[in-house]
Amino acid sequence: MTKVVPASRHRTLHAGWHWGWITPPVLFVALIVGAAIGETAIPVSTVLQVLGNKLLGLGYPVDRIDAGIIWEYRLSRAVVAACCGAGLALSGVVLQALLRNALADPYLLGISAGASTGAVAVTVAGVGAGAVTLSAGAFAGAALAFVMVAALAHAAGGGTGMRAAGVIVLAGIAGSQLFNALTAFIVAKSANAEQARGIMFWLMGNLSGVRWDDVVVAIPAVALAVLTCLWHVRALDAFTFGSDSAASLGVAVRRVQVILIGIAALVTAAMVSMVGSIGFVGLVIPHAMRFVVGVRHGRLVPASALAGAVFLIISDVISRILVPGQVLPIGVITALVGAPAFALILIRGRTTR
Amino acid sequence: MSLSCQSLGWSVRRQPIVQDITLDVQPGETLGLIGANGSGKSTLLKMLAGIRAPTAGRLTLDGRDLASYPQRQIAQRIAFVEQQAETGDRITVRDAVELGRTPWLSALRPWSDTDETIVARATAAVEMQGFEARQWATLSGGERQRVHIARALAQEPQILLLDEPTNHLDIHHQLSILSLVARLPVTSIVALHDLNQAMECDRLALLQRGRLVTLGPPEEVLTCERLAESFAVRASILTDPADGACVLRFHKPT
Repeated sequence: MTKVVPASRHRTLHAGWHWGWITPPVLFVALIVGAAIGETAIPVSTVLQVLGNKLLGLGYPVDRIDAGIIWEYRLSRAVVAACCGAGLALSGVVLQALLRNALADPYLLGISAGASTGAVAVTVAGVGAGAVTLSAGAFAGAALAFVMVAALAHAAGGGTGMRAAGVIVLAGIAGSQLFNALTAFIVAKSANAEQARGIMFWLMGNLSGVRWDDVVVAIPAVALAVLTCLWHVRALDAFTFGSDSAASLGVAVRRVQVILIGIAALVTAAMVSMVGSIGFVGLVIPHAMRFVVGVRHGRLVPASALAGAVFLIISDVISRILVPGQVLPIGVITALVGAPAFALILIRGRTTR
Repeated sequence: MSLSCQSLGWSVRRQPIVQDITLDVQPGETLGLIGANGSGKSTLLKMLAGIRAPTAGRLTLDGRDLASYPQRQIAQRIAFVEQQAETGDRITVRDAVELGRTPWLSALRPWSDTDETIVARATAAVEMQGFEARQWATLSGGERQRVHIARALAQEPQILLLDEPTNHLDIHHQLSILSLVARLPVTSIVALHDLNQAMECDRLALLQRGRLVTLGPPEEVLTCERLAESFAVRASILTDPADGACVLRFHKPT
């Protein structure tokens, strides 16, 4: 027993340092791997040379096609994948903590359903007459769906207690059903076979269209999420015994809920509008990380963000090389890995009770 | 630190749960809240803890409206142990007690040796030292209750609110928790079901259907007539020959 106290104290005191040291090299390696592996494998040395040329202006002689593939195609893609993974995982952490629901994930609030409706409204139904991009349509749909779900949850009342958490889950289910029905309606009514296939591809998550323009949106969004979550780690911990208990520990429950759920919704909407809805990351990564680093958010937040980022980079690589000559939707990979992983978590969770 | 309320009330859908409660909690005293099930004890405690806003009346802490304090400042002064607070998270006893330091910590005021000492002291006060690494799920109901109390003590409050703290506890721990609360140099407000335990409080407030029926020293509040009216029991008051203390014995109403 005497050993327990210093050990946990060590973890608490050095958590910040710990993650500050681990994150950059791990992310860097994952990004290099993401850029090197693909349909044509490019040596890591070439990847590093391209990086040196682009970031530090070193002027190594590199094949121009290789340089183009690495910089324009794979690196931007890997960076956005990392941002999406981190953003979705953090949204999952936040929603699971605040709603006290182990099944909460970023799509619970109707966000992905709304994004899909926005996307098909633009691409299939022709809303905006070509002036609106698919991403903008998806973001508007996601935002609209979230506002509707939040308004419904608010109207159904419930204050800040256990009931409120239940109400927002139910409102999210209602919103998701409504927007999924709208999506199906638009697709069934107006889409031809080719469009329907494209939509399905997008709905399963697709990083193919990603370029540096998207990085400019993705990095600030995920940085905002990481910083907000790190600032609120103690508040997130305080919800362990519910929102009344959080309030009695000095957490301004309403304000924290609005800020954190709002950030989670914003990040998810931004990610979904870029790459479609990638399932299971927001649900499984936080649970998996609880097994690895424990439930305290001082460790869980950085661990989930890092694990989500790496997981999605790797999933993207697998989606490109699994079937030669074809890129699979990344959502297929995350679900193929995620569903069994989640089953495992459920079974292990039961035996530890 | 003085907590007081004037004509305090809380209602849900125009149905009053607590109404017209006026009382001053005196610094350092142990005030017992008694009353039948559904008499409004828990609701009153939640309002006094600042986690449920009253729908009527006024609640003041040191003469200032409680609602005007930031939640964090309330938590630095008032700690509250709920009746049933559960979690499915895989936390340890130590994690749970550490939560009590939340109102004192921030991103700019990180965990320190002082917090370490306070958590260790709070854990020892409820006789849970040695259990720090135990998982929450493996604890018995009474052990969980003691950890909750340790968490409240780690808040270093000046006012401690306890909602039926002796529920689930064996008789040894019931007595040790109550004597711990009595010994602490803090003001405490305790909702209790066991009227013999309520006898040990400095003052008792008897609630009936959301109203404060009477407030005063235990021997004035716990009379046979009042017990018959509020709890629908017949009571006889006996004297313990060992120390001359009063003991209540209850019978079904006839």
